[in-house]
Amino acid sequence: MNSISTIPDADAAEAPHFGAVRTAFQQYESQTRAAGEPDWLASLRRRQLTRFLAAGYPTRRDEDWRHTSLDAVVSMPFALASSAGPDGRIVQLLEGSAFSSVSGQRLVFVNGHLIPELSRAVRSSDGVYVAGFASAVQEKSEILRARLTADSEDGSDGSLGALNLAFAREGAVVIVPANTVLDEPIVLVFVSFPQTAGERTHVRNVIMTGPNSRATVIEHYIGLGTESAVTSSVTELHAGQGAVFEHLKLQDESNSVFHLATLRARLESSSKVSCHSFALGSRLSRQNVLATLAGEGIEAVFNGLYLGDADRLIDHYLSVDHAAAGCASHEFFNGVLDDKATGVFYGRIRVRQHAQKTDAKQTNKNLLLSDDAAVHTRPQLEIYADDVKCTHGATIGQLDPEGLFYLRSRGLPVATARRMLIHAFAGEIIERVWCGAARDVLNRLVWDRVERTRHVSASEQ
Amino acid sequence: MSANVPNIDQLVRSEYKYGFVSEIDTDSLPPGINEEVIREISARKGEPQFLLEWRLKAYRHWTTLKEPHWAKAVYPPIDYQAISYYAAPRSKARYSSMDEVDPELLKTFEKLGIPLSERARLAGVAVDAVMDSVSVATTFQKELEQYGIIFCSFSEAVRNHPDLVEKYLGSVVPYTDNFFASLNSAVFSDGSFCYIPKGVRCPMELSTYFRINAAKTGQFERTLIVADEGSRVSYLEGCTAPIRDENQLHAAVVELVALEGAEIKYSTVQNWYPGDREGRGGIYNFVTKRGVCKGRRSKISWTQVETGSAITWKYPSCVLLGEESVGEFYSVAVTNNRQQADTGTKMIHIGRNTRSTIVSKGISAGEGQNSYRGLVVMKKSAANARNFSQCDSLLIGDRCGAHTFPWIQVMNPTATVEHEATTSKIGEDQIFYCNQRGISRQDAVNMIVNGFCKEVFRELPMEFAVEAQKLLSVTLEGSVG
Repeated sequence: MNSISTIPDADAAEAPHFGAVRTAFQQYESQTRAAGEPDWLASLRRRQLTRFLAAGYPTRRDEDWRHTSLDAVVSMPFALASSAGPDGRIVQLLEGSAFSSVSGQRLVFVNGHLIPELSRAVRSSDGVYVAGFASAVQEKSEILRARLTADSEDGSDGSLGALNLAFAREGAVVIVPANTVLDEPIVLVFVSFPQTAGERTHVRNVIMTGPNSRATVIEHYIGLGTESAVTSSVTELHAGQGAVFEHLKLQDESNSVFHLATLRARLESSSKVSCHSFALGSRLSRQNVLATLAGEGIEAVFNGLYLGDADRLIDHYLSVDHAAAGCASHEFFNGVLDDKATGVFYGRIRVRQHAQKTDAKQTNKNLLLSDDAAVHTRPQLEIYADDVKCTHGATIGQLDPEGLFYLRSRGLPVATARRMLIHAFAGEIIERVWCGAARDVLNRLVWDRVERTRHVSASEQ
Repeated sequence: MSANVPNIDQLVRSEYKYGFVSEIDTDSLPPGINEEVIREISARKGEPQFLLEWRLKAYRHWTTLKEPHWAKAVYPPIDYQAISYYAAPRSKARYSSMDEVDPELLKTFEKLGIPLSERARLAGVAVDAVMDSVSVATTFQKELEQYGIIFCSFSEAVRNHPDLVEKYLGSVVPYTDNFFASLNSAVFSDGSFCYIPKGVRCPMELSTYFRINAAKTGQFERTLIVADEGSRVSYLEGCTAPIRDENQLHAAVVELVALEGAEIKYSTVQNWYPGDREGRGGIYNFVTKRGVCKGRRSKISWTQVETGSAITWKYPSCVLLGEESVGEFYSVAVTNNRQQADTGTKMIHIGRNTRSTIVSKGISAGEGQNSYRGLVVMKKSAANARNFSQCDSLLIGDRCGAHTFPWIQVMNPTATVEHEATTSKIGEDQIFYCNQRGISRQDAVNMIVNGFCKEVFRELPMEFAVEAQKLLSVTLEGSVG
């Protein structure tokens, strides 16, 4: 254990609720050590915990968290979620879940524990590696060590990213070798089923696609139960040179869950990557997308749709770093907000000095359906190169009265006209999904959800 | 090409033509700030008790604040104890006629092209000239009095119209507003005061000309404009400073109040000394400007052309309180060499049917960094409010930066907010096209830049628009080789 870094003792200034975090970590560490986790990971976890304890939870005083308060998360008890076996209810939930009809490899996690009975992972001859984090740490130790160390130590994922790695029990590790084409998407399902209030789940996914490979990974977060809980998820994506990759995340957790997630993507030259975020559920959700365009000639699309009702808060935080010349990145985020829901969007495109010939475009459109819904949006450009084409735009408003009038003048009732416009608004995001099977599923799901919002057919005004 | 380089160097060096220093005897306080200094400033100006109290409150509040650093600007820490907070040309307290004014002073303003002599009627602009911290002359006062318009230096207003000052001072920018506004509230020395009575359309452009002359001083002036019901005024502000190696702090506050149906148009051509090519010297321009549209159908329009200052930190804002009130912001900000500008606006929509327009044009050349930072808020009460923002950036050269940081908050579904931003550069093909038609490179750049800024220049009063165009071409001279 000598090689493992130590965690400094608590001093008087430390927030009292960190005591529970320290205790949980000690217990957790003894478990992972007993399970034979390698030293490098134990050491890395300790460093991450130290980083978290030093920085604490982000507060609204942080510029990046101005509209999203984690007070509820901080005041909740800190207990790691225990495994729930393949309960009948979970089986039922999975069968009815959005991507159940999509064939291909599948990993199912319940409360952050891999459930092999419900998963469908085969060691195929093409060398594609799909496994849980805990076993990958043993089998692909060196690859993961390099990846996790490099990604976590720059600190860009903030204190929540550090907390995630300190406690990440499971997650999916997907490694696609060079020149390999995967026809079917890999589906990762994360079920949260909290048994007591304040349960925490930490999952860490690592996706690496080799040069000139082609793959699709779908992350689906769903939940059961009404206890409050926190899901923390970090996905590290590394797309190799010339790789074509699609990442789709559907966050549809139950209303009592706080969902804090980060997607960190590093894209190499000539890769073509599309990342989608569909945020429909949870009480409060925060999705960070931190992308670095590291090589030339990358085409990247970041695409998202959020639907909010009740008093949900949905926060998207995007940072796209153009570090090389000749890349194109397009961000499209649309939000539909009803009742007392709040939408938060922060998007930053940074174009470095040598990233000439960059083509960057960012749009954030918001539709407010009720009097109490609110939107905070900050689309930002930071440009240090001169030969670039960068635009951003943001709109917030209600349904276009002229559009409504047009449809009504064609004999459509106002309720139908409103529906059509809302569906079109959401549909332009769904259309950008490449994977046909997933697109159909999302179309139906989003349609259902939109129908459920209270002001879909009539406004209050 | 290399043969041209010294030529370009010369151009750049000669660009700041207002960099001279006038030999004027100055009366200034020793550097440093404490309650004694504030009492001294107040005593020298013979101020009433309420103002001294207000200054002290501001100072005490300021000591609890930390200097903000969220702006996208890099600069060494400012030593607030090394600045002299009061400097005034030493002379008689008040001139009974222009002939008594120190000829050196008049010459200074003459050199700057500001006619202080009332004989220069043709200009048709009433000027309040502020040198270092003190207003030296205000022209056309008598003429304006016929209409009941009060246009004078702030000190004069405190003496002659204390009720108006007490009523409106700090009503838009309270002394607690921010670090620099608090500092200004504590030590402000002079500035302009303007009151337009009910139903009066001000017959001429009002203007204040600010000049920093003394070394190691800060300039802290305060402008207050009140437009009573149904009145209308157009106000211009210009500023220059001599070339010095040190950085000088300019922390001003401008407050505008527009009552029902009133309209205030506030134009600025800011040309403080920007520092040299290596970024030595230059003014730190940390300014708080805010207007409140108090009454129904009132309107405040800000137009600014920012070409000077080492650092500009300035967000002229509109609080749209009255129903159907209108806020406008038109801005051209140019950064060349090592200049940094972090500027933009805030539009706070509170009343129903309020409207605002933001047009911001940023031009970066050399190693300049230009940021637009803006806030648009639609409060819950702002039914049917509307905002349109357009932020365009033009990059000249590959070592400069252009950034856009808009922030939009909407709490009312009937409000409509649109924001658009683009970034572009002057294309080689555009320049080639002009060259081909016999237009030199420099002229081509000027032409393209002027076209880029046209939307904003259109909003300026005519004399200023001409001035602004010239200024822009001078500022960008030599930036394209």
